[in-house]
Formats: sequence, structure tokens, C-alpha cells
Amino acid sequence: MLLECENLSFHYGRIQALHDVSVCVDEGELVALVGANGAGKTTLLNAISGIEKLSAGLVRFSGDDITNASSHARVRRGIVQVPEGRQMFGPMSVEDNLMLGAYTRPKEEGGETLEHVLELFPMLRDRRREAAGNLSGGQQQMLVMSRALMAKPKILLLDEPSMGLAPKLVDGVFGIIDRLRADGVTIFLVEQNAYLALAIAERAYVLEAGQVVLQGSGQELIDNEKVKQAYLGL
Amino acid sequence: MADFLQFLFSGITVGATYALVGLGFAIIYNASHVINFAQGEFVMLGGMSAVFLMHLGLPLPAVIPLAVVATMAVGVALEKLAIEPARNASVVTLIIITIGASIFLRGSAEVIWGRSFHSMAPFTGSEPIDIGGAALLPQSLWVLGGTIVAVVALKWFFGRTRTGKAMQASAFNPYAARLVGIDQRFILMLSFALSGLFGAVAGILIAPISLTYSGVGVMLGLKGFCAAILGGMGNPFGAIMGGLLLGISEAMTAGYISSAYKDAVAFLIILLVLFFLPSGLFGKRRTERV
Ligand SMILES: Nc1ncnc2c1ncn2[C@@H]1O[C@H](COP(=O)(O)OP(=O)(O)OP(=O)(O)O)[C@@H](O)[C@H]1O
Ligand SMILES: [Mg+2]
Repeated sequence: MLLECENLSFHYGRIQALHDVSVCVDEGELVALVGANGAGKTTLLNAISGIEKLSAGLVRFSGDDITNASSHARVRRGIVQVPEGRQMFGPMSVEDNLMLGAYTRPKEEGGETLEHVLELFPMLRDRRREAAGNLSGGQQQMLVMSRALMAKPKILLLDEPSMGLAPKLVDGVFGIIDRLRADGVTIFLVEQNAYLALAIAERAYVLEAGQVVLQGSGQELIDNEKVKQAYLGL
Repeated sequence: MADFLQFLFSGITVGATYALVGLGFAIIYNASHVINFAQGEFVMLGGMSAVFLMHLGLPLPAVIPLAVVATMAVGVALEKLAIEPARNASVVTLIIITIGASIFLRGSAEVIWGRSFHSMAPFTGSEPIDIGGAALLPQSLWVLGGTIVAVVALKWFFGRTRTGKAMQASAFNPYAARLVGIDQRFILMLSFALSGLFGAVAGILIAPISLTYSGVGVMLGLKGFCAAILGGMGNPFGAIMGGLLLGISEAMTAGYISSAYKDAVAFLIILLVLFFLPSGLFGKRRTERV
């Protein structure tokens, strides 16, 4: 297993947001996590990224215990998150934003990766000198995704990449996820848009109120009656 | 006219010092939202250690870097020993820690160097230059030149180096900065080193003009704070403008009204800005949120 989370618990003050959550992702896999508003999806990703300190549980990456590793050490290891909510460095240029994505990597490799990433996201190339904050919502989402790719992730943690995007852009984002998967990037995809996520995932988990309540292959979950009712609106 | 020029020269000279101190406030504020009230002590340490090293007989070109590095080391030590261990405390607690640290630094300086005033020889002569009937001290040119160099270097650091950009990024969006792998502890340490640097440079440049002593940091710290607030807390280049404006207003007040009111100007400005213009003249550049 590339990423193993065992019995993670997390508290915001006295409120418990994660209860004994166990998930794992194997090398090259695309695993989805679906759940409603406030289920704890972002909290889980932030715990994996080392942003939030767990109250209990164990996180392993490539077999190493990284439960107490700092967030920057995890990025260095290749655990890279694409956060929700277009978290960028707004006043800085698009190119600076991208190059900061490669902060943990040797300086001389940045330029080459930038070329590669701009090929995936051509519209960022034309706007590379502009302030990131001036981009449209969809472009900002692309920027945050491509910034994560600049780090050459071993596993990409995607937090609701389709949120707030027009349907055409959602297709674009999922097209890119497909392409990354084909390139062998391991992906842990968090979505409220359950159908899209389950349809492309090999395996998936359903998170409810901070607990994993269901898991299985993407198709199994699409066919599951409870999932159909609660998440697919069928 | 000669009077006006004279006041302007002295205003710009002091103002440049305030600007450097204000810069230190802005840098640490950006990295941590802490207002470092030990900032003035960095100025004192820079000036006092330069005077001390001169007394040891070292030449000026050796004195300046040594005094600057020593002050930077104190800045880093302050961060490591006092701020870092309390990292999870509230910002208010951290600010109170910096007040404690400033008292400690001032006390230590008093123990080491006593309470008397010290003068330092000007870098290059003391023969004033006559400009339009006003006398400009050569040291004023050093102050101004030194400040310009410091500001240009900072601009280069923020705009051209990876570490500088990481520091800027951490100020704009600390969460995203952590997600790209920027070590926020390192950034915090760096911010204390940099504000030690700017404080020390200010202290060394101004020492030949105004005498220096162990308590000199109190007033300079408050003036620098005022400069930072006036420019918009967290905006380094606003702090520079704030410092110059404050220095000039003080000099004009002292010249045209009475020098008794000089120090009151800073406090009047702080109050006015806080009441009417809380984000300062130049506001803080913030991250766009959608
Ligand atoms: N900083 C915080 N302090 C206190 N409680 C929080 C904080 N952030 C989130 N929570 C709570 O923790 C729970 C999980 O939140 P989280 O953001 O992880 O959910 P989510 O599944 O990502 O939701 P969404 O789909 O809206 O992004 C929610 O009940 C939320 O209110
Ligand atoms: Mg969320």
C-alpha cells in the first residue's frame, strides 16, 4: 500500500470530526471518497497532509510511519493536496504560483516541470504573468491543480475539484484526472459529485459524520441502494 | 526656505530610520501576525554593539557586518527561545512575550554597557554640506543611501528569490503555503532574522547622528510601530512611506511649532490612523478570495 490510514480520529476542540477512519490507497490506484457537506472529507485530507494533528490513529506512506511528520516533510515525500476553495497566492503571478508548487524540489528541475504542466493546462500559459487573483474561477481551479503537479506528487489528494465549476469545466477537470491516472499518478479523490467520482474510481469510501460507513469498488457503490438514495439522487 | 529644507533633511533622515524599524514590524507581522515590540531593541543592539566594536578598535567595514550579524542572531534566538515554544499560544500572548523580551534585552544591555549615552564617529567626516542654505550632514546621506540599499535588496529578495517568494506566499496564504511544502517555522525564524537585520542597520546608521544608549529602542520602536501602522500593517513598502512621512511631520512640528510636541506627533498619527484608517494609507495587499 502506498498510503495507509488506520483508525484516524480528529477533534476540533471538543467536537470530534473523524471517528476511527481507516482508508488506504495502493500505488497507481484512483480511490474516491464521497460524503455530504460537513462529513469530514476536508478534515481527513488535511490530516493526511499533516495540516491537522490527529488525536489518534496511524498514517503510513510507502510503509513508513509519518503520523508525526510535518506538512512540508509530507510534501517532500510526494503527498500533495489540491485544496478546495481555490487556495492560491492571489497577488502573485500565475507563474510564481506554479513555481512555488515546486518549492520542495531541486531548483533546476522547476523550469522543465513548468513546461510539462503548461502543456496540460495551455490557457495558463497565456496568462502566466497575470496576478493569480485575476483569473476566473475555473482557471483558478486549474491553477491550484497544476501547482500541485509542479511538486511531482506520488499521491494527489483532490478536494472537490469540480465544486462550483460549469459543466463543461467539470468535464475538463475529470479529463485531466483521467490523464493523470493514465500517467500513473495515484489519486485520492474527494467529491460531493458522487456519480462522477464513483464512475471513474477503482475503489471508493462513503464518509458520513466522520465515519466510513461503506466501501467497495466504484461500480459496487453506484449499484448500492443506500448510495443511490443518499448520494445519486436516484 | 532654508529652514524648510533644514527640517526636511532632518525629517527624511530620522524618517528613514523609522522606515527601517517599521519594515521589521511588517515582516514579522506578515509571517505570524505578531507585533514584535522588541523591534526597537534590535535598533538599540545594532547601535550599541557597533559603538562597542568601534571601541575595541575594529575598522568600520568590519564593525557594520559584525553588529548586524550579532543583532540578527539575537532576533533568531528570540524566535527560537521565546516565540517558537509558545507557537500554539494566541497572538496576544505572543505579543506580550515580545514585550517581555524587549524588557529583558534592554536590561541586559544596561548590565553590559551601562546607562550612559554613547556617540559614534560619523562614517565619513562631519563637515555639513550646504544645500540652499540648509546644512546636510554627510551621515544623513549614509542613512538615506543605506535605507535605499536595504529597501532595494528587500525588493529583490521578495521578487526574485525562491525563499523570498516563499515568504511572500506565506503572508498571502499560510494554508496554501504549507500545502506547497513551505516550512512555516523556517519562515518565522527568517522573519526575525530579517527584522533584526533592518533594525540593526537603522541603529548603526543613526548612531552617529543621535546618541545611542541602552534605552534608545523604546522610542524608536514606537515610532517604527507608528510607521508600520501608518503604511498599513503588513505592507513592507507602506512601512517605508509611513516612516518617511512620520519623520518629516515630526521635523516640521519641531521646527515650526515646538520641539516639545515632536514625540506627540507619532501618537497622534497612531490614534488618527486607528480611528479613521485602520488599514493604513497603503492597505494590506491580501489574497483574493472567491
Ligand atoms: N476549523 C474548524 N473548527 C471547528 N469545526 C470545524 C472546522 N472545520 C470544520 N469543522 C467541522 O468539522 C466537520 C467536518 O468538516 P469538513 O470541512 O471536513 O467537511 P467536508 O466533508 O469537507 O464538507 P464540505 O463538503 O462542505 O467541504 C463539520 O461539522 C465542520 O463544521
Ligand atoms: Mg470540504
